[in-house]
Amino acid sequence: MKKEWPLWEVFVRSKNGLEHRHFGSLHAADAEMALANARDVYTRRNEGVSIWVVESSNITASQPENNPEFFEPAKDKVYRHPTFYDLPDEVKHM
Amino acid sequence: MSEKEIKNLEAIFEQRIANEEKIEPKDWMPEKYRQTHIRQISQHAHSEVVGMLPEGNWVTRAPSLRRKAALLAKIQDEAGHGLYLYSACETLGISRDELYDQLHSGKAKYSSIFNYPTLTWADIGAIGWLVDGAAIINQVPLCNTSFGPYARAMVRVCKEESFHQRQGYEIMLTLCKGTPEQKAMAQDALNRWWWPSLMMFGPTDAESVHTEQSMKWKLKRKTNDELRQQFIDQTVPQADILGITVPDPDLKWNEERGHYDFGEINWDEFWQVVKGQGPCNRERMKARVSAWERGEWVRDAALAYAEKNAKKNIKKAM
Ligand SMILES: [Fe+2]
Ligand SMILES: [Fe+2]
Repeated sequence: MKKEWPLWEVFVRSKNGLEHRHFGSLHAADAEMALANARDVYTRRNEGVSIWVVESSNITASQPENNPEFFEPAKDKVYRHPTFYDLPDEVKHM
Repeated sequence: MSEKEIKNLEAIFEQRIANEEKIEPKDWMPEKYRQTHIRQISQHAHSEVVGMLPEGNWVTRAPSLRRKAALLAKIQDEAGHGLYLYSACETLGISRDELYDQLHSGKAKYSSIFNYPTLTWADIGAIGWLVDGAAIINQVPLCNTSFGPYARAMVRVCKEESFHQRQGYEIMLTLCKGTPEQKAMAQDALNRWWWPSLMMFGPTDAESVHTEQSMKWKLKRKTNDELRQQFIDQTVPQADILGITVPDPDLKWNEERGHYDFGEINWDEFWQVVKGQGPCNRERMKARVSAWERGEWVRDAALAYAEKNAKKNIKKAM
């Protein structure tokens, strides 16, 4: 047999109160091994309190070449920002 | 795409890097950028992995449990560095198996320093102090390089390297404070590792072919000669504290330059080792290939087990 172990993406929560963040990736035969390897590769110095592993092939990603039509609709909606609204200086706490 | 369109994309790309923007794996990039990064990142990964071999030679003979635990932890870190870097490299569209194959077939290079033997325990001290020391100087500027995954891997690597250098220097310090024989052992290790360490920064600027392009892509921030000078300037005072002598009769502080002057590097030796004629090139590759081949049944068995379990789980769900 000549087959690579699948690729997994590793997400680590550094401490409670923080979100899981993408730390990197690794190869493993299954989820259990991916978790054990993630512990050894990415948290050798107490960098985490929780790990998620996701097989990379399960991730759907947006494509940079579509960025203009994908993200630009948000750009001309300045009225979504507080500074769009003109209020007199006397108004406090707003 | 027409040639003109590509030229246009290239101009936009170079401008993004000049503006300190990072390039991420799915972004459009010139083919040369991709290939250069695959080459450099994989070379770097291979160096971390092959670098474990000379140190592994002393794990069972470390003089105390404290030293043994530290050496094991350092070697495990180097394996981790290799993995961070292989992962970064794979985002450029090359598989791990292809990368290993390039190493094992001799197509890919790794740092020549690991083709020297570790003859005594003092060599483990000298490697941590000098080799990891030189690696740190090479690596710190890469934390800011233009390719996102490489930069992120380097941030993690650099955080871990400083323990490597300190544990090496502590070994040297202990030997130098020990018996005359122990101190002589430390001096002998410095004698053998000094020049190869200076070669780790690569050929002189006049001889170096990649520098200009590498500067643009922030694969380099300083030239080989500048980095080498920085290493010498910071390492010589450390040798003085140890009370051992750098094996270079031409080494002298130059007040005017504010740097140490140093002797001629034996570049013939450097190229010999790069081309495969170093003392341990063959031994290192033999060890790597044998580990890979003898591990094949384990890799296959793990995959077969995972596939069997996946099938079982599907049946259970039905
Ligand atoms: Fe390393
Ligand atoms: Fe290291």
